[in-house]
Amino acid sequence: MAAASIIAVTVMLVYQLYTNSSLPRQKFGLGFFLGRTWDPVGGDFGALPFIYGTMVSSALALLVAVPLGVGAAIFLSELAPPRISSALTFVIELLAAVPSVIYGLLGIFVLVPVLRQGVMPFLKTTLGFLPLFKGPIYGVSMLAGGLVLAIMIVPFIISVSREVLMAVPVEQREAALGLGATKWESTWQVVVPFARVGIFASVFLALARALGETMAVTMVIGNDPKISASLFAPGYSIAAVIANEFTEATGDLYLQALIELGLVLFLLTILINGLARLVIIATAQKGAVQG
Amino acid sequence: MSIRTRWRKLVNVVMLSLTGVCALATVSVLFFILGYLLWYGGKSLNWAFFTQLPTPVGEPGGGMANAIVGSGKLLLLASLVGIPIGLLGGIYLAEFGGRAFSFFVRYTTDLLNGVPSIVMGIFAYTIIVLPMKHFSAFAGGLALGVMMIPIAVRTTEESLRAVPVMLREGALALGTSKWRTVATVVMPAAMRGIVTGVMLTLARVAGETAPLLFTAFSNRFWSSGWDQPIASLPVMIYTYAIAPYDDWHRQAWAAGLVLLALVLIANVGARLVISRGISFRRA
Repeated sequence: MAAASIIAVTVMLVYQLYTNSSLPRQKFGLGFFLGRTWDPVGGDFGALPFIYGTMVSSALALLVAVPLGVGAAIFLSELAPPRISSALTFVIELLAAVPSVIYGLLGIFVLVPVLRQGVMPFLKTTLGFLPLFKGPIYGVSMLAGGLVLAIMIVPFIISVSREVLMAVPVEQREAALGLGATKWESTWQVVVPFARVGIFASVFLALARALGETMAVTMVIGNDPKISASLFAPGYSIAAVIANEFTEATGDLYLQALIELGLVLFLLTILINGLARLVIIATAQKGAVQG
Repeated sequence: MSIRTRWRKLVNVVMLSLTGVCALATVSVLFFILGYLLWYGGKSLNWAFFTQLPTPVGEPGGGMANAIVGSGKLLLLASLVGIPIGLLGGIYLAEFGGRAFSFFVRYTTDLLNGVPSIVMGIFAYTIIVLPMKHFSAFAGGLALGVMMIPIAVRTTEESLRAVPVMLREGALALGTSKWRTVATVVMPAAMRGIVTGVMLTLARVAGETAPLLFTAFSNRFWSSGWDQPIASLPVMIYTYAIAPYDDWHRQAWAAGLVLLALVLIANVGARLVISRGISFRRA
């Protein structure tokens, strides 16, 4: 019964989101995803700036978090003595438990000022010829959103990657070392490729987190529905626009446009999560057979 | 030593130290967060914060007593939704489920776990706020409760699976029915794990902000009923942090410190109990 009710809740979730977003689907159709104007007063809703913002901030987050997370996972599984490794893993699990609004709080009051006064002017003078680092400096920006997200998803990448790396049979390492490989060569050329599917899955799980993350992003991304090539410019993400405008949405069309955005976000994360879970299940079964 | 060997050794040392730097950088983030919150939050934390209502804009002082109580009430409502379904679902998966259906339920649970919290907010909004036409504590509790289900299911299932099969076989051999075995033998044996699981679940949803923004909304006074808007700590942190008043920023830091302290204490406590439970079992 209870188990069936879990499925029922999930089905109900999809149903509610779908039926409550019929108006914008009828009015805009697929154009909803390509429209670049978001004009609640004029009743014109296009989701492209938000989709763009979500994609760019998440991509930025992965760019920072994947090397950092995989590196740390390698350290924890291959190098660190068991005691230190389990202590650090404990801290990293706590990091995953910190509420996102706290990340946002530190984002506003610590990260954004540092970016505005230190990092951004530096990037502008050294790499300012790139379109990525052009334009006025506000502090709140796509860059800030991406960085906060990166910090938030690193713990997820680490904890899954570490487990996958630790599941690699010891014989693989011993064989590589026995052939005269250095510790790094055995890790990078043997252990990591062996675990690569699991590491990919951990990255996908982290990506799903990043796409749906709301509070921390809302607080630092700048909340401006424009598409701009510069990382210094404020942006907007799907989750952030829902958080900001939902309570003040007047009129059914406006509200339902926001619900449709929620549906998009839902489907996107379900798709990515579903794939990652299937990969994890498949590799776990393969490992069990081998073991 | 040839140049190539030297090069390989150099690469070895450099790359391995880099991975150490990665780990160190990640771990230090937690200490940064703790340090900042203790420094800024500690400065503005006082007794009034726990006992008084928020003051109007421009008037210094005041506290967040209503938000602390509000968070408690929301967690209570969430537990009423999340814990029964979570427990029963976990029991079903661990003790009764058939293979194919169990796999499907488990997969759905994992997917539900991955649903962004803001989408849960929309869900509760369409179910409760739209028909009732105003924000309410019920809606907030429902949103948080649905978020609790997947985590509660998985932790219950895992702690039940950790109970040795012999216990079940012993009870069944004495002629007890399957359901009584689970209720009177397996459940008590797994109680410690289940309780810590519930604690972890509560700690997780206690910090959720996004689903509350448009379900429980917020309230600058004591909530007048379960069907009325209600304040909560995370939402207060958010509104105070993005407001342009210095005094509010101080209060946001203080609230952040209180929230983080609660969440971390629950987490550390639960994990200590779990690890002790395992060593006890092995001994």
